[in-house]
Amino acid sequence: MTKQYALGIFEDEDVLLHAVENVRAAGVKIYDVFSPYPVHGIDDALGIERSRLPIAAFFFGLTGLSFALWMQIYMLGFDWPMIIGGKPHIGLPAFVPVAFELTVFFTCHGMALTFFTITGLYPRFKVPVMDVRATDDKFVMAIELDETGSQFSRMTQLLRDNGASEVNQKEMTQN
Amino acid sequence: MQHVSSLREPLVTGGKTLHDVTQDICYQVEAKPNLRWMAALSVALFFLGVFFYSVYRTVWYGIGEWGLNKTVNWAWDITNFVWWVGIGHAGTLISAVLLLFRQKWRSSINRAAEAMTIFAVICAAMFPVLHMGRPWLAFYVFPFQNTLGSLWANFNSPLLWDVFAISTYFTVSLVFWYIGLIPDFASIRDRAKGPIAKFSYSMLSFGWKGSAKAWSRYETVSLILAGVSTPLVLSVHTIVSMDFATSVVPGWHTTIFPPYFVAGAIFSGFAMVLTLMLITRVVFRLEDYITLEHIALMNKIMMVTGSIVGVAYITEFFIAWYSQVEFEQYAFINRATGPYWWAYASMMTCNVITPQLVWFRRVRYSIPLTFILSIIVNIGMWFERFVIIVTSLHRDYLPSSWAMFSPSIIDIGLYVGTLGLFFTLFLLFAKFFPVINMAEVKTILKYTGDNGPTYNPKAHAAHAHHPATHGAPASAPVTYNQHD
Repeated sequence: MTKQYALGIFEDEDVLLHAVENVRAAGVKIYDVFSPYPVHGIDDALGIERSRLPIAAFFFGLTGLSFALWMQIYMLGFDWPMIIGGKPHIGLPAFVPVAFELTVFFTCHGMALTFFTITGLYPRFKVPVMDVRATDDKFVMAIELDETGSQFSRMTQLLRDNGASEVNQKEMTQN
Repeated sequence: MQHVSSLREPLVTGGKTLHDVTQDICYQVEAKPNLRWMAALSVALFFLGVFFYSVYRTVWYGIGEWGLNKTVNWAWDITNFVWWVGIGHAGTLISAVLLLFRQKWRSSINRAAEAMTIFAVICAAMFPVLHMGRPWLAFYVFPFQNTLGSLWANFNSPLLWDVFAISTYFTVSLVFWYIGLIPDFASIRDRAKGPIAKFSYSMLSFGWKGSAKAWSRYETVSLILAGVSTPLVLSVHTIVSMDFATSVVPGWHTTIFPPYFVAGAIFSGFAMVLTLMLITRVVFRLEDYITLEHIALMNKIMMVTGSIVGVAYITEFFIAWYSQVEFEQYAFINRATGPYWWAYASMMTCNVITPQLVWFRRVRYSIPLTFILSIIVNIGMWFERFVIIVTSLHRDYLPSSWAMFSPSIIDIGLYVGTLGLFFTLFLLFAKFFPVINMAEVKTILKYTGDNGPTYNPKAHAAHAHHPATHGAPASAPVTYNQHD
């Protein structure tokens, strides 16, 4: 299914930020904004909620810690107890390093996998992009149009008024 | 919005625009390899060949190919292992610790430094694995039930902690590095002309489009990864030092080892970063991104950590005397005046005396002197590990077992071989991956580039002479202060 978009191309992050605020104030829904680097303050301007990834990170860490402690206590304390240097079977201080490392291991990889999954990042043969300059030096604001694209002239005016250096119409196939 | 003092030197010079950054960095990836690169790669490949030959001899004929004997049963292998792991630490320090401290100057060097970390850890891992003698059984280091029963790994052993520390460190560094690379791969993908390049960088970029939400999550992930990598990097060398510190060998059995090793690791790591960066900036013409200011800042870190290491050397001596333990005292006297005095003297000169030259501004800002200094520090830090390992082992409690160590040709081959492995990987990285984090440099460009609002007048005057780069400034001048 193809959809029509109006793409406002901006040259500067501050102009873009103001434009985002004004376009939203004008009651127009912004589909997405593409930028070559993270623009600070754009989350608030676009109304993007704060990511809950840190909470996920905490629980991944907790999983790692519990797993590491369980593994060491089960293996050396219960499954095959051995006397090592006359120490207790479950010598917790000696289990700290592995417990710490596995906490970090689970946090990092759990976070990375969650990030890739929710953002839809995975290796693919072909990447459909709105405007190739968005990974170079342009800031691209995409506004979804109706199927006929009849609002394009109105959007062009709105984007131009807010500092867009050019406005293009683009048809994208949604996957 | 950020405020940057106008007194601060710009972090990126040459009046770069956003497009210039993409152009300058992607140019290396897109252009045909130049002769200097090919020449460097052939030398590296030759030493990689030496590495493979030495590995073949070690695996086929056994550990007897090395110069070890029953007294000195750890020598060059563990020296090289600790040396390489230590070198890796600067990369994580730059990518994680300096990120948490909001040191913006790290942006130009973090990509290559992280790559260095990963390649250094690969080289480091070769030594313990080869020392096993039967590397195909290396998976036994993991808690793996053996085929005869349910005998598990010994979690009380620092060597096992090391397995977990190094594996975690390697995989975490790799993931952190790769997440940072994704937006830059997307930049290359969107410029790619040929079908092979387009396909490869599409695959590598994981479908990155730079949407606002993705960037927001990207920043969250980077911050948390930096947060967990910071204690991780400290833990890794702490655990490496515990390989020695938890034993009862005089000269090893000291509580100062963890902080001392961590400082030494960062010290040698920054020396290696400097060595690599000074070459990379010239070969790839990145003088505007890796400026003299960057070199001076790295020199300062090198000097601070070098001084910490110097204090640690002196403290060890003091504690040996203060402990009143005869064996401990002898170990240190033997280090300084025994048959390996020359290794000790090299270590002291290279690590404690030469870095103090960095106090002079002229040294700090001099490229040739910094280069020489960084090599000297790398040599010194290798000797440090050699001194700690070999001089402590060769004469311990029982004089009848005293022995000397001399490396075999295979020992030497393995060491220079890993240098070949390291440089092969680094050269391939430098050619096919963006050596500078474009997205991050673009973030700082407007505020700390010399065409930003807080430009330094001297640099601005200089850049007015380059009309070519002045065409379309990335930042529209009228809007600078609206958001402040």
